[in-house]
Amino acid sequence: MPAVSKGDGMRGLAVFISDIRNCKSKEAEIKRINKELANIRSKFKGDKALDGYSKKKYVCKLLFIFLLGHDIDFGHMEAVNLLSSNRYTEKQIGYLFISVLVNSNSELIRLINNAIKNDLASRNPTFMGLALHCIANVGSREMAEAFAGEIPKILVAGDTMDSVKQSAALCLLRLYRTSPDLVPMGDWTSRVVHLLNDQHLGVVTAATSLITTLAQKNPEEFKTSVSLAVSRLSRIVTSASTDLQDYTYYFVPAPWLSVKLLRLLQCYPPPEDPAVRGRLTECLETILNKAQEPPKSKKVQHSNAKNAVLFEAISLIIHHDSEPNLLVRACNQLGQFLQHRETNLRYLALESMCTLASSEFSHEAVKTHIETVINALKTERDVSVRQRAVDLLYAMCDRSNAQQIVAEMLSYLETADYSIREEIVLKVAILAEKYAVDYTWYVDTILNLIRIAGDYVSEEVWYRVIQIVINRDDVQGYAAKTVFEALQAPACHENLVKVGGYILGEFGNLIAGDPRSSPLIQFNLLHSKFHLCSVPTRALLLSTYIKFVNLFPEVKTTIQDVLRSDSQLKNADVELQQRAVEYLRLSTVASTDILATVLEEMPPFPERESSILAKLKKKKGPNTVTDLEDAKRERSADVNGGPEPAPASAASTPSPSADLLGLGAAPPAPVGPPPSSGGLLVDVFSDSPSAVAPLAPGSEDNFARFVCKNNGVLFENQLLQIGLKSEFRQNLGRMFIFYGNKTSTQFLNFTPTLICSDDLQTNLSLQTKPVDPTVDGGAQVQQVVNIECVSDFTEAPVLNIQFRYGGTFQNVSVKLPITLNKFFQPTEMASQDFFQRWKQLSSPQQEVQNIFKAKHPMDTEITKAKIIGFGSALLEDVDPNPANFVGAGIIHTKTTQIGCLLRLEPNLQAQVRLLEEIVIYTQVVCLLWCHVCSKWSHLRSSHRCVHLCNLHHPAGT
Amino acid sequence: MQFMLLFSRQGKLRLQKWYISLSDKEKKKITRELVQTILARKPKMCNFLEWRDLKIVYKRYASLYFCCAIEDQENELITLEIIHRYVELLDKYFGSVCELDIIFNFEKAYFILDEFLLGGEVQETSKKNVLKAIEQADLLQEYFHIMAL
Repeated sequence: MPAVSKGDGMRGLAVFISDIRNCKSKEAEIKRINKELANIRSKFKGDKALDGYSKKKYVCKLLFIFLLGHDIDFGHMEAVNLLSSNRYTEKQIGYLFISVLVNSNSELIRLINNAIKNDLASRNPTFMGLALHCIANVGSREMAEAFAGEIPKILVAGDTMDSVKQSAALCLLRLYRTSPDLVPMGDWTSRVVHLLNDQHLGVVTAATSLITTLAQKNPEEFKTSVSLAVSRLSRIVTSASTDLQDYTYYFVPAPWLSVKLLRLLQCYPPPEDPAVRGRLTECLETILNKAQEPPKSKKVQHSNAKNAVLFEAISLIIHHDSEPNLLVRACNQLGQFLQHRETNLRYLALESMCTLASSEFSHEAVKTHIETVINALKTERDVSVRQRAVDLLYAMCDRSNAQQIVAEMLSYLETADYSIREEIVLKVAILAEKYAVDYTWYVDTILNLIRIAGDYVSEEVWYRVIQIVINRDDVQGYAAKTVFEALQAPACHENLVKVGGYILGEFGNLIAGDPRSSPLIQFNLLHSKFHLCSVPTRALLLSTYIKFVNLFPEVKTTIQDVLRSDSQLKNADVELQQRAVEYLRLSTVASTDILATVLEEMPPFPERESSILAKLKKKKGPNTVTDLEDAKRERSADVNGGPEPAPASAASTPSPSADLLGLGAAPPAPVGPPPSSGGLLVDVFSDSPSAVAPLAPGSEDNFARFVCKNNGVLFENQLLQIGLKSEFRQNLGRMFIFYGNKTSTQFLNFTPTLICSDDLQTNLSLQTKPVDPTVDGGAQVQQVVNIECVSDFTEAPVLNIQFRYGGTFQNVSVKLPITLNKFFQPTEMASQDFFQRWKQLSSPQQEVQNIFKAKHPMDTEITKAKIIGFGSALLEDVDPNPANFVGAGIIHTKTTQIGCLLRLEPNLQAQVRLLEEIVIYTQVVCLLWCHVCSKWSHLRSSHRCVHLCNLHHPAGT
Repeated sequence: MQFMLLFSRQGKLRLQKWYISLSDKEKKKITRELVQTILARKPKMCNFLEWRDLKIVYKRYASLYFCCAIEDQENELITLEIIHRYVELLDKYFGSVCELDIIFNFEKAYFILDEFLLGGEVQETSKKNVLKAIEQADLLQEYFHIMAL
């Protein structure tokens, strides 16, 4: 039984909890819970009305069961009933249940909001507090809609109790976080800023959080908070430890508030007003000075609170990045912490120094701690601290210490925790590339990486070394020699075989003069690894062999024998078999000249951002690396140029399965999915989600076909088929996208992404869920996209699909046929109506017309089908000329409806010439390219209605 | 702060407070993952760790682990003291608090937390003021009891 039971203990609840605790097994617990659930259900359904106490008790039991991890699907109504109880505890339990088990059931939300409204209006501070807590806990959009306007009033009203003000401030903060659009800025904001001056420190604490969040988004509006925050902070840091009474925490005056004020100041640049700036500098100096004073207590709480303020002050100093004196002092202080006996402080010092390293004022000061940090890497017992040390070494690395840091990281890698190996590999690869003075060091470093941690060397890393070797001819001979030597090891990592195969295939001739690495020896060395390798590596080696045929005619017959063997020509793997067959044939039929052309050395790769860097960013989250990288990039402008942005086109990058060949459209048939056919663009080296392939060729045409239809195949190549099925109603639509894997191999990391430009995003809302990242061979996966047309739009969203197929990265983009006409609702109207409206629409921006040549003979039925497919109603017997086609409809968007009239006048005399006119009202808002009768035409639409003008253009003009 | 979890050495969840909207499934997944990670750590290790894109601050008090998830720019040490202040509040209210108090009076543990933290931010740091609010509520209910008699 409980040691304490405060308030009105609910005996039944305590007994139930004891029962549960006494259950010997999970099954017994479930049995006991089911019994209780049945009991509660019958009580709730029973004829006898339950008194408030029982209701509260049962609701509390349900809550307990839910918190044990079981699902609760009833009792919400009873909880809502408790909200309107006059008894505080019943109300309180009701609110707790609602807060924990939010249910978006609209009926209930209305009832809950009603109860909250009553409590907010009750002027009883305890009830108001409960209601505000509930809003802050649930924080749903419905609640924001109902209360975001009311809460600011409560917050700034003169007669609101302090405790209610505190709750109101944080409640508003939560609503602002979930629905910023629903919280209106207004007069109240200036009054909220003045809460920083409030006498009640609890109110200031709550208000500071709110102001910080608001100021991040609306800095201008809350600018006055800077001077108020500085003066408040100054009063706190200079106060004696007893001044603030209960707000002093273990001899530290108001540590929470101090941290929050320092955070608020980080929303702004250094204050412009010299007086404010001076005062702030004083504050920061005082905080730094206090760190040197002897502790007022031995308790860890004292030092934690004091150092929390210190670290936040250092963050502000780094954020301002303008006072060299303070930056260097901060660095020295952190340097002391690097050797502190508290693990927490060492961890934080390493973390904080990482950001200091990117400031030009303190970079050198940070570098002086290199030995300590290296030591931490070797001796720290906690992996998360070692991880911080790696980060700091990475951050402090520059040309002067790169060799030392890379060497230390490499040696740490031998014993590093598995969880951080991959990241260390990436960091080493980046540093080695960035600060390479001579590229032989770079090649050595990467080969060492593969030797030490081959399993953690991702494709990006070995791709990159090849890119660099190919682009720099001063290192090619050295690279060939080094990989040749490395391959001598009896067991070498497969990644080394890949790099070795590629480099020898390109530059093996540079070392062939040495009899110890003659062509035959090179070949035998590579081929001795062949059978131990996976299929993609073998495929790569086959390409190396054909390159050897060109480089070294003397080994041609040896290689042909290998290619001709059954294990190659009859290999079960299609890719390997095809390569063997084709290469063998190529080596037999092609003349030396053709061979030399086809198998020419790879052209240099376009300069682009290192894909390794992209990978590291992805791994660490966008903020952490980017800032640091940007800072480093500026500082290290003298070193190796720094990464450059990737060019949009992937044209010069070879398809990964054609790796060494880079054949393009040259004969013979390229192996694997060729880049030129099927519209599949492959970009091996930029395996980052931000790199979106250009639109697949042919997608424009395919897209056009979907303007008048909703179902069909949108895209197809050798690997992938994309089918669509869609339905639209008024301004809403739903699209089913089917991805079919046409191969027998799994697609991995299969990620379709919908991309809308900012403009499009505001006008068209698309919602979808991610699909399973693995698509089995021959399987089809489905993705549902919910579509809402908010306003008229012209562009179409792009569907980008990225996945891995047999070790190669695939990237496909197609336009998704969601066009404005999909939201057309046909409208029937009589001839008279039609022409009356038609004539009203005479201003130029209300109409558009287009004359175009029909590609195909005009077929009445097909044309009719097109107009209906386009979405408008086909109005029969409206136009006096029976040869003309007339249509009408309304485009539905969430914000407006646009009426459209259209008329198509085929000019049959001029041999299938067609005149089509589509006209619009009021301001022209958008241009929609539409496709009717196999021909592009212009359709402009506008806010109200479109009409067709009766302009006739003579054929032939 | 994004959420706070209290769990026992056996990995049983005793209190969960979420300041962001997540599905029940996601909450369970996060809880399972974090409980496992933290229980696997040795006592002398530091109280912070990186997890997904969040920072985890945790501390063990007797048989209970208190664990908070904060965002990148938030302050680890002050979060550690948020945990401590909450423990002090529980201690003061229950009188030398133990895990059983929190099990049997879980609703009180939630009420105290709501007075201290709201929407993931510190609302009131004064121990006196927080407890005053809770005690007032306790009094209020007794008052209503008298009224009801």
